[in-house]
Amino acid sequence: MAQKYEKAIAIEKDNIVVDGIDVSGHWNRMFEQRVITEYTPELIEKIADIPNAESFANCYQCAKCVAVCPVDVVGNYGPRKLYRYAQTGMDLTEAPELWLCTTCANCLRVCPKEVNMVKIMPAAREQAILDGKFVPNELQQAFENTAKSGNPLGQPQRKRDAWIQSAGVPVPIIKDLGRKVNVLWYVGSYPSYHPRGIDAAAAAARIFNALGIDFAILGKEEKDDADSQRLAGEKGLFEMMTEQNIETFNKYEWDEMVVTGPHELNAFKNVYPKYGFERPVVHYSTFLARYLDQLKPLLQHSVEKKITYHDPCYLGRHNGEYEAPRKLLEAIPGVELVEMQRNRENGYCCGGGGGGMWMDSFTAKHTTMRLSEKRAMEAASTGANVLAVACPFEVSRFTDAVKSTGNEHVDVLDILELLDKSMRGE
Amino acid sequence: MSNDILVITEHMDGKFSDVSFEMVGKAKELANAWGGQSIAVVVGGGVSSNVFASDSTIHVDDAALSNFNPEAYGKVIEALVKEKSPKVVMFGWTATGMDLAAWLSAKLGVPCAAYVKNIGADMTMSCQAYGGKMSADVSPEGDMAIAACLAGSFPVEAGQGSTAATTMASPVDLGSLKVKFVEAIKPAGGDVDITSQVKLVSIGRGIGGKENVELAEELAGKIGATVSCSRPVVDAGWLPRTRQVGKSGLKVKPKLYLMLGISGAPEHLEGMKSAELIIAVNTDKKAPIFNVAHYGATADLFEVAEAMLELL
Amino acid sequence: MNIVVAIKHIPSIADDLPVSGNTVDFDSVDFVLNEFDEQSIEQAVLVKEAVGGTVTVVGVDMIGELDAVLHLALAKGADKAVKITGDDPAADSHTQAKWLSEAIKGMSADIIFAGVQASNDLDGQIGPMLAAYLDMPYIGGVSSVEVAGDSATVNKEFAGGVGAKYEVSLPMVVGVQASVKPPRYAPVSKVRQVAQTATIEKVAPSGEVSSGLTMKKMAPPVVTGHAEMIEGSSKEVAAKIVELLKSKGLA
Ligand SMILES: Cc1cc2nc3c(=O)[nH]c(=O)nc-3n(C[C@H](O)[C@H](O)[C@H](O)COP(=O)(O)OP(=O)(O)OC[C@H]3O[C@@H](n4cnc5c(N)ncnc54)[C@H](O)[C@@H]3O)c2cc1C
Ligand SMILES: Cc1cc2nc3c(=O)[nH]c(=O)nc-3n(C[C@H](O)[C@H](O)[C@H](O)COP(=O)(O)OP(=O)(O)OC[C@H]3O[C@@H](n4cnc5c(N)ncnc54)[C@H](O)[C@@H]3O)c2cc1C
Ligand code: SF4
Ligand code: SF4
Repeated sequence: MAQKYEKAIAIEKDNIVVDGIDVSGHWNRMFEQRVITEYTPELIEKIADIPNAESFANCYQCAKCVAVCPVDVVGNYGPRKLYRYAQTGMDLTEAPELWLCTTCANCLRVCPKEVNMVKIMPAAREQAILDGKFVPNELQQAFENTAKSGNPLGQPQRKRDAWIQSAGVPVPIIKDLGRKVNVLWYVGSYPSYHPRGIDAAAAAARIFNALGIDFAILGKEEKDDADSQRLAGEKGLFEMMTEQNIETFNKYEWDEMVVTGPHELNAFKNVYPKYGFERPVVHYSTFLARYLDQLKPLLQHSVEKKITYHDPCYLGRHNGEYEAPRKLLEAIPGVELVEMQRNRENGYCCGGGGGGMWMDSFTAKHTTMRLSEKRAMEAASTGANVLAVACPFEVSRFTDAVKSTGNEHVDVLDILELLDKSMRGE
Repeated sequence: MSNDILVITEHMDGKFSDVSFEMVGKAKELANAWGGQSIAVVVGGGVSSNVFASDSTIHVDDAALSNFNPEAYGKVIEALVKEKSPKVVMFGWTATGMDLAAWLSAKLGVPCAAYVKNIGADMTMSCQAYGGKMSADVSPEGDMAIAACLAGSFPVEAGQGSTAATTMASPVDLGSLKVKFVEAIKPAGGDVDITSQVKLVSIGRGIGGKENVELAEELAGKIGATVSCSRPVVDAGWLPRTRQVGKSGLKVKPKLYLMLGISGAPEHLEGMKSAELIIAVNTDKKAPIFNVAHYGATADLFEVAEAMLELL
Repeated sequence: MNIVVAIKHIPSIADDLPVSGNTVDFDSVDFVLNEFDEQSIEQAVLVKEAVGGTVTVVGVDMIGELDAVLHLALAKGADKAVKITGDDPAADSHTQAKWLSEAIKGMSADIIFAGVQASNDLDGQIGPMLAAYLDMPYIGGVSSVEVAGDSATVNKEFAGGVGAKYEVSLPMVVGVQASVKPPRYAPVSKVRQVAQTATIEKVAPSGEVSSGLTMKKMAPPVVTGHAEMIEGSSKEVAAKIVELLKSKGLA
């Protein structure tokens, strides 16, 4: 671990008594004089005192987390190290480290003390924002875009449903439909605006149509879920968007909501209930897996590809869905599915979570490589020629990453696109 | 107390602004009716002041007045007003007049009306209010009143003439000023010159955000026009200052001025009123721009622009 | 450096303005922050960031809803908020300027910012009147401010990019047309926090003046000319505009 914060005071004494207990070294335990180092707990307490960040103080330095932290692979990171930095003089609310965690939750999975970065980070970041501390510019821009335009990309609200044209099939808008639907499909910001996201949205529309699903979208009324903005510290913005979204969702009659993205799933399923919205929400993979029997006969074209699947943190670890995406991929004729070394519960984060999506340049300055690049290399090392994803953040991230790591031969495709390919042929 | 009217004229680069002549013309008319004098006041040098139709012209010249300096100009005008005690002091509701009129009003405890479009013989001042959405008639109390007049309210010609000016030194000491003129700022070049464009598609706050400017650009591209805008669009950083039309922007006179989401505030009108064909699209049927445009439509600019793109 | 921003809460002109008697019917309109005040708050915070000091925002509470505006200013970097409990939606600029000047007198202000104008400045703007009441120099139409020591360098705009640079010994009143940078984003979290924690100092109005104007009539303007209105759906409107342009050789 890099010694970047060095405020610790080393105390060397022949005999040391701490709280009445003699902890001096003995010949049978050590061959050298015992060194005790005294740390000030202030900066740890400062974080642990923030509501929801209490578990930061639980860490007993076992380092299990460091072994699984994706950021540590490209830097010096993980809860144990953050704790240690704080012990030796880092004020997390002012340090660049505050913005590197992707809230991927892999550390939480292994931590015996339940040190929960998924709660600590948003709380500490919000504190930094409230205290007027440094906030990466790109991130602020995403906040502002979300507040002003209803999406982090800063795209016009009125164009939110413009992607429909590329679907080539009817995509009903619930307001125009004027009746109850079985499925309210929440498309999401990236599938609505990002060119690669639109490809997945159009594919989904074709699949839903082929399956004869009674669905509709919110069209121009749809706004960002703002969950990643919340994890990045702008809870106020999240709450503002949540109030608006719940109002929109409740305006219409529907049985179940299907979301394209895992972040939206997390927001609507796990967080919105706190704000009074408790309705069935599923990720498209879970939803489509239910229709496997009807889907299989539609998948007429063979897709001769060796595919490896990347588990999105917010679909897998956060929401426990590992199998549906794999079942969908396996249903496609011709597909050979191979696994990356880090898969399922131990899936490696793409770097897009927790606001990482909007801090790419900032993160690049503080790490040796982007997480998406690390993951793209891992995908390539399996010999796969397709990296399949199930999160709208990932398509653009990995498309970049395969290029920047010289792995252009790996196509990055959403599972929706692969299903669509098999349905329609190339 | 007199029945005179003092008109504070304004000039730049050796030329008087139109509003100076407009006010002199109006002052003449009123002073005639009241049996008083219309007095044009010229502050600062570098200009030939024998150009007004006023009954008399006072030209105050001093080294400290060679460039507009609100403090120095204010002191001079305050002294003149005290000396002449006119019935009305007229300023232009302009970049310079706006620094002085309300200040003088508070300083002297004299009523002031802003955005004045007309002054009646009974001293009723008709003013524009609320961005042109309202019209207010006010009457000032007391023996003296200040009127800050909107440019374009009266005919220019009536104020043009050749009254010989009486030149005088500053009536007050301009020795220790707190405000120092440093230098003039010239417009930054580089961008297209909207004043020389034949067609302008002009966007206002209604465009909603930077991300939508593209739509206007696309539309402009289709008809060979250039995109210009109202002030808030510039202040929000959506377009460069070189594209701003209006009082503090540029005056344009294109063959086509297609306005999308501009309300038609007086400051904007000042810059485009004389365009040959003005078409305004605005969701607010009461937007003042419809009183000025040749054609108007109460419609959503996005829907109209997108539909136009399909047709072009 | 004691930086003061004087703000004005005004009827929104986004919607119809109902009239009642000789004034706008204040009960049925929304009040908003004068758009130029948004610029002046930003400019004040920029000055604070450049040279240090505190920003105090002060305004007259016209209808009892000024808190939200003050909270936003605090979230953007102002340090203190003061409201003058005027509770008179019809208070004119002279009255507001007088009250503001009395409230500001005790603040030992080094520089005071005001919006260059507001859409209801029928009797003139707050900025120059504040300057007169406080006996400070005033420059309006300002689009940049730099403070060094006890003087400020300001750029004033005339028109079309032409302007002038002035150096002014402080204290002064600045009428802000536009801040150097567009107003910043206030994180919603911050605004909500401020709303819960901030204390807004209340000051009773003091000082009396009158605009000296008697309102005889307030009404929508009598229209001399009116645009020929193109009716129909947006598509029809678009078609007619295109047709019009084509017929005039403009498209
Ligand atoms: C959060 C935390 C705080 C800590 N704070 C302190 C502290 O303040 N001070 C401090 O000194 N230490 C501290 N430690 C270190 C910890 O106390 C030592 O690691 C621990 O005391 C070592 O003993 P152990 O029994 O836990 O196991 P181990 O480290 O595994 O040691 C076992 C020892 O017992 C011997 N052994 C095993 N089986 C037998 C047997 N059957 N018969 C005889 N011998 C056997 C082994 O040979 C070995 O030497 C801390 C550790 C943690 C995680
Ligand atoms: C000293 C000074 C100088 C100034 N100089 C200038 C200047 O040079 N130029 C200038 O322009 N202003 C200038 N102003 C500012 C002026 O007072 C107005 O604030 C400004 O012109 C208003 O711009 P706007 O019409 O774009 O915005 P607004 O008045 O806010 O109008 C926006 C309009 O868009 C309409 N709208 C909203 N959404 C839509 C939609 N979807 N479809 C259609 N319509 C929609 C609304 O109904 C509204 O009428 C100056 C002000 C001062 C004090
Ligand atoms: S796994 Fe938990 S207890 Fe162990 S070092 Fe990491 S945070 Fe601390
Ligand atoms: S949540 Fe993920 S990125 Fe954050 S510290 Fe834990 S393992 Fe690392």
